[in-house]
Amino acid sequence: MITFEDVVKVYRGGATAVDHLSLELPTGKLTVLVGPSGCGKTTSLRMINRMIAPTSGRILIDGKDVAEQDEALLRRSIGYVIQHAGLFPHRTVLDNVATVPVLLGKTRREARNAAYELLERVGLSADFAKRYPAQLSGGQQQRVGVARALAADPPIMLMDEPFSAVDPVVRAQLHTEFLRLQQDLGKTIAMVTHDIDEAIKLGDHVAVLRTGGRLAQFATPRELLANPADDFVASFVGRDRGLRSLSFDSAAELPVRPVDGIELDEAGRPLGLPGVFTKGDSLRVVTDLVISSPGGIAVRVGPDGAADGQVSHHELADYLASRRR
Amino acid sequence: MIEYLRNNSEIVWQALQEHLYLALLPILFGFVISLPLGYLAVRFTWLYHPLVNTFGVLYSIPSLALFVFLPVILGTKVLSPINVVVALTIYTVALLARTVADGLRSVDPVVAQAATAMGYRRTRRLIDVELPIALPVILAGLRVATVSNISLVSVGSLIGIGGLGQLFTRGFQLFYLEPILVGVVLSVLLAGIADLIIVLVQRAITPWTRAA
Repeated sequence: MITFEDVVKVYRGGATAVDHLSLELPTGKLTVLVGPSGCGKTTSLRMINRMIAPTSGRILIDGKDVAEQDEALLRRSIGYVIQHAGLFPHRTVLDNVATVPVLLGKTRREARNAAYELLERVGLSADFAKRYPAQLSGGQQQRVGVARALAADPPIMLMDEPFSAVDPVVRAQLHTEFLRLQQDLGKTIAMVTHDIDEAIKLGDHVAVLRTGGRLAQFATPRELLANPADDFVASFVGRDRGLRSLSFDSAAELPVRPVDGIELDEAGRPLGLPGVFTKGDSLRVVTDLVISSPGGIAVRVGPDGAADGQVSHHELADYLASRRR
Repeated sequence: MIEYLRNNSEIVWQALQEHLYLALLPILFGFVISLPLGYLAVRFTWLYHPLVNTFGVLYSIPSLALFVFLPVILGTKVLSPINVVVALTIYTVALLARTVADGLRSVDPVVAQAATAMGYRRTRRLIDVELPIALPVILAGLRVATVSNISLVSVGSLIGIGGLGQLFTRGFQLFYLEPILVGVVLSVLLAGIADLIIVLVQRAITPWTRAA
């Protein structure tokens, strides 16, 4: 657990970056710090590994004040991923990944062997091992950045806008892979982003900070969308939060009617539809299908891909309305 | 020329050795002095401009003047090779301290910060991360300093020490072209070979600069 205890950071010249921040980042969860520029999110993140010292207040990791720990040793125990990856240009991909284990006293050979496995974990083949960062795309560099942060298997990871320098397609792909990775690893992660959608998609918890470094709301993404604490949070979260909050609601309970008037192949799979949903999908997916399909109908399929029900525009609207009561 | 070489091989060989020694010893000293100076100029940013300006002034002192005045300042004999070594060391530092500083400044601050965040302490970060990344710039400066030193050694012959330059003075005194030609060709050759060696070393130790 990472605890911010009444942390204040005032920069020379008097600008307040962080204003009496108290916050608990739970162990094994991904907490996103999000807010407009100047809200102190990066400053807060960098106070955790002492890249920046707070003006007052304390930051504790599992109850121990970071200020009382040796800086370099503390940092070696915390993974760090930044925008544009910040890889060492003079080292091969493999040696970049091996950085922290070598600092911790592993031999280069041991560290390199372990680095191969990490590359695989982040979706890079061994062919990349001997390349230099300049030979990689932005997305590949970011994967190496994540592997480098994971190399010493730190319990905590800090991620500063890790996915914002890559194009939207690659970003979505990295998001999916990263969530899968985090599901396996269960690290305590603090991530900074200015992108509320990213925060909602990735975070177990989201801390919304406002300009001047004050905490506006700390909540789960679902809670944030359903009950924004004030106008600032509501406007930051965005206007279509009602629709977006549907991504947290499962379609499992949604009643469906038997399939009717849909063209099926011999295995019972629907033909000529823009898409279908399963019980595991969210209501947002269903809503999108209803809106985008020509007949205003979303078709549900079972595990075998065969259609097992359908829901119309009106039925969906009635269901959503019924949930409010 | 060949004829001259054959008859005076001993003199020429000795002059060549002396030339090499007078040019390269200052490179070694200068490099060792420049590393900390250049580092300080980056670590304490307010030092950068005063240092760069001082080096600029030092480099603008004519070499002959330096050769003549150094014995006065150092208390060495006028004909001592120390004068040439010290003078060329000053020029080397004037060139290299700045390139070391510029090289270190060329390191992307994001990369330096990433190194700190990984858990590098200052000294190891300098040795493992910043200096290697600064190497292409530093080695470019080293090439200039080496070639410049090899040509400046000849000036020392005007005060009686000067490796291949002594062949020039001998030629002038005797109104004889051959030694002058031999001196010129050999010092150009020397500079070319030294430059080539640095380039080859650079290619070997900075393979990442060609990866893109």
